Amino acid sequence: MNLLELLGYFNYWVFAIILTVGLYTVIAKVNLVKKLIGLSIFQSAVFLMYITMDKVEGGTAPIIQKGMEDQVFSNPLPQVLILTAIVVGVSTLALGLAIVVRIKERYGTIEEDEILDAD
Amino acid sequence: MTAEATILMAIGLPVIIALGIVLAGRLSDNLRETVTLVGAAGLAWVVWSLLPALFAGERPGIVLSEPLPGLAIAFRVEPLGMLFAALASGLWIVNSIYSIGYMRGNGEQHQTRFYTCFALALGATMGIAFAANLFTLFLFYELLTLSTYPLVSHKGDAATVRSARVYLGVLLCTSIGLFLPAIIWTYHVAGSGDFTVGGILEGRIAGPDVGLLLALFVFGVGKAAVMPVHRWLPAAMVAPTPVSALLHAVAVVKAGVFTVTKIIVYIFGVDFLFTTPSSAWLVPLAAFTIIAASLVALRQQNLKRLLAYSTVAQLSYVVMAAAVLKPLSEVGAAVHMVAHAFGKITLFFAAGAIYTAAKKTELSQLRGIGRRMPWTMGAFTIGALSMIGVPPTAGFVSKWYILAGSFQAENLLAIFTIIASTALNAAYFLPIIFAAWFAVEENGSKDHGEAPFPVVLALCITALLTLGFFFFNGPVIELETQLVQESLQ
Amino acid sequence: MDITPHLPALQVVVPLLAAPLVLLLRPRGLAWAGATSVAVLSFCIALSMAVDVAQGAHFRYAMGGWEAPYGIELSIGAFSALVLLIVSGAAAFSLLAARHSVDRQIEDERQPLFYAAWLLALAGLAGIAVSADAFNIFVFMEISSLASYVLIAGGPDRRALPSVFKYLIMGTIGATFYLIGIGLVYMMTGTLNLADMEARIGDVTDVKPIMVAAGFITIGLALKAAVFPLHVWLPNAYTHAPHMITVFLAACATKVAIYVLIRFDFFVFQANLPGHHLQFSFFLLPLALLGILVASAVAMFEGNLKRLLATSSVAQIGYIILGASFLTEAGLTASAVHLFNHALAKGGLFLAVACLACHYRDLRLDQLAGAARNMPLTAAAMVVSGFSLIGIPGTAGFISKWLLISAALDEGPYAWVLVAIILASSLMALVYIWRILETLYFRPAMTAPEQPGEAPLPLLGVTLIVALANIGFGLFPQFPLSLSSAAAELLLRHTL
Repeated sequence: MNLLELLGYFNYWVFAIILTVGLYTVIAKVNLVKKLIGLSIFQSAVFLMYITMDKVEGGTAPIIQKGMEDQVFSNPLPQVLILTAIVVGVSTLALGLAIVVRIKERYGTIEEDEILDAD
Repeated sequence: MTAEATILMAIGLPVIIALGIVLAGRLSDNLRETVTLVGAAGLAWVVWSLLPALFAGERPGIVLSEPLPGLAIAFRVEPLGMLFAALASGLWIVNSIYSIGYMRGNGEQHQTRFYTCFALALGATMGIAFAANLFTLFLFYELLTLSTYPLVSHKGDAATVRSARVYLGVLLCTSIGLFLPAIIWTYHVAGSGDFTVGGILEGRIAGPDVGLLLALFVFGVGKAAVMPVHRWLPAAMVAPTPVSALLHAVAVVKAGVFTVTKIIVYIFGVDFLFTTPSSAWLVPLAAFTIIAASLVALRQQNLKRLLAYSTVAQLSYVVMAAAVLKPLSEVGAAVHMVAHAFGKITLFFAAGAIYTAAKKTELSQLRGIGRRMPWTMGAFTIGALSMIGVPPTAGFVSKWYILAGSFQAENLLAIFTIIASTALNAAYFLPIIFAAWFAVEENGSKDHGEAPFPVVLALCITALLTLGFFFFNGPVIELETQLVQESLQ
Repeated sequence: MDITPHLPALQVVVPLLAAPLVLLLRPRGLAWAGATSVAVLSFCIALSMAVDVAQGAHFRYAMGGWEAPYGIELSIGAFSALVLLIVSGAAAFSLLAARHSVDRQIEDERQPLFYAAWLLALAGLAGIAVSADAFNIFVFMEISSLASYVLIAGGPDRRALPSVFKYLIMGTIGATFYLIGIGLVYMMTGTLNLADMEARIGDVTDVKPIMVAAGFITIGLALKAAVFPLHVWLPNAYTHAPHMITVFLAACATKVAIYVLIRFDFFVFQANLPGHHLQFSFFLLPLALLGILVASAVAMFEGNLKRLLATSSVAQIGYIILGASFLTEAGLTASAVHLFNHALAKGGLFLAVACLACHYRDLRLDQLAGAARNMPLTAAAMVVSGFSLIGIPGTAGFISKWLLISAALDEGPYAWVLVAIILASSLMALVYIWRILETLYFRPAMTAPEQPGEAPLPLLGVTLIVALANIGFGLFPQFPLSLSSAAAELLLRHTL
């Protein structure tokens, strides 16, 4: 595989890099909010992967009108899927933040090490 | 009642009795003990009512459930199991009489739990005796271990709990770690674990594997107390004496040697094992256990521990007799289960009576006690003579058969072991008897007489049984000869 | 109107629609009654389908009349029916017993919310079991997970919060991995319907992305299923959750993830990727064995009753994975039966814990000394369920252990190593269960209970019923066994 081919997959490289950045943040940060930010980045990478794979070169939005039947369309299904996944991601984030708020109320801190020390 | 219903009754009745004891225990002690006594008598009646069918050559059986194909909870009555069940249920009556005297005489705690677990243990024993396959036997074997744990740890102090843990640990670890793999192996190669006349393993397994499987069985059945898995038995002596007497001289330990004998006769098949050299290690091991346990018994200072090691030795008599693999020795194995039961329960009853009356537990304290407790020590003497094998006691009969079987097999090691251990038995029992009757009591000892009446009554009954068995052993021999004849046909 | 063909949809729709309605039931008793009756109804649906499936029926349902592969397909074969039975049974019985315990642990005004979340969790788990669409499974997985996070965090124990946070992070990573996996498969095949996917993977020329997808899906689901060493979220989450939630989740939550893991792999990948079954086996077998040994060993030294049982769950998950990794009919049957039997045993144990928790605030073992004298029936239920967990003959646990060992014996020259490990871990299970029983029965009481006597009747009754079921299914296991062996056969034929 030569360099050009590798670059040709640049959208997947972006996906992989963002995914790793997100995962790293989740694992490495002690602050719970930062962990959640990492989680969101991690999920966003996957959204990107879905969006980028449905793109057909030269394709347009998949809205069928009279006289446009022979147009090239992008695949609409991954976009629909990822809309659902985004909703799931947002609810997860909301719930995560709600839990962080409760942790702050009960423990007085949102640093993981301090919480572990508290119990 | 059909034979099938009777079998289920024999296993279910103890559970009902246990429930009855729990309920009655809330009302009054007398009612609870009445339930125990009546229940014990009822169980004996149920079990003994199966005898005529057995003598007529019938082998009634019933399949309770078959959870997996080939793996059934099933019961089948055959001579060996019948003998074991009849023995345990009969002696339970005597033991209940004794228990009442002992538990009251010593003011023990948690008596309802004691009687309940006792009944459950008897139910498990009946299940072992009538089991028709290895799986059922294993089930009740484990239930027996678990139901006796509360009895062993009865006292509840730290030392007792520690000993009880040894008891439970050894029995459960050997059964799950060795016995269960052996059962799985058997089912795997033979496709079933049914106790079948002539065995099921011949042609399915050969060479060193036979010896290995036999080892898994013998050491896995920790209740047979073959060295080195005998440690639980001395540990169990922390239990109240009625428990040591019925369970650790009769039900539990006999369940062990019964299982070993049954596996040799009905799983391996006597002829198959006899022609397989790799199984020859069992006789030397049993012989070693007999001699070693007797030597250890010689050094004991505590009466119950001495009796425990004597039991270890006597159990290996049964194992050795079964392992000699000759018809007469198999009969000897079965008869010795009975003979030893009568003798050893008497000895334990006597030890408990001494503890109840005088709070004495050590050998050195027994000097001259015969004059204070003539009935007890008389029974003790009879029991001890039976252990040695002196006529006219039960021990002589079984030793005779084992010896005859050994001659039949021309097994010099077995013959030598029997003679040597007889000498050793005499060496540790006769000094006790001598000191009890003829030595002078130490000054300043407590003034006491016999133990409470139920205790003395019970030990006199068992002593008479020990004597009586020498003269009236015909039915037992006849029943067990069926066992041998079956496998010859 | 005959509703039988619509049962697969009702299985999910009923609890899903009932959840917001329960929210409106203000007096808290009503909310409980509503949630419970819905759960019982959904148990009845599952039971009636399971009975049909056991007789050879197979339910297929096209949502909204859109035929597969365009629409979402629901498909219920033997394996799904078994899992549905476990899920809805766990929900029904835990809700029946829950009233008193929830009253103690959840404030009155939040109870309708709590029961609504419970129904959502049930709907999600049931949805995973019925769905034959990869993305649909993801959505239901997240519905059930989000609801479970809420349920676990809902209790009075503040330590539940950090635990649930960890669970949320790890669970979301797991779900996202799964999402990546199905994205890659979709990229190569252009379909999300499992059956369609299976048919089209064979035509794919470059299988590398499919292999990567299989890796992502396996790891993601293993995270959700708490397969060792990805189990770290489980012990804490189960320990600090409200007691009845522990009962519900321990009985069914991880099992559903295992179900998807096994079904996805056997159906979609193993049928088409040459050699993939060996990768599956060689990857999961050592993890299963390690999990069995390590988790059992850790449980032996655990001092908190709930955490002890939760840790033992990790070992039990190991058994289920182990059976599946044998790739044989016997092994898969053992796995499927163990899904059911472990739900019974662990459910029974955690129910008994909930009974104890009625009168003992502190669930550390040394604080429970002598509790059997105060609560003899609860302790008896603990004995029976505990024996089932160990695998004592006559209990349900024995059936699965026996099947697993029989399956292991066919595994060639190393069979004895497998058998030795299974038996060693059974011994360890014996040790940790015995520690509980010894504490309850034979130790002198240290702390007085808050109240003398047994737990309230509904809770105690359900506990005893489940304990008895452990014996019942130990003696008469034909029904779960027939479903399990049918499931194993389907999996090996790579059919849904």
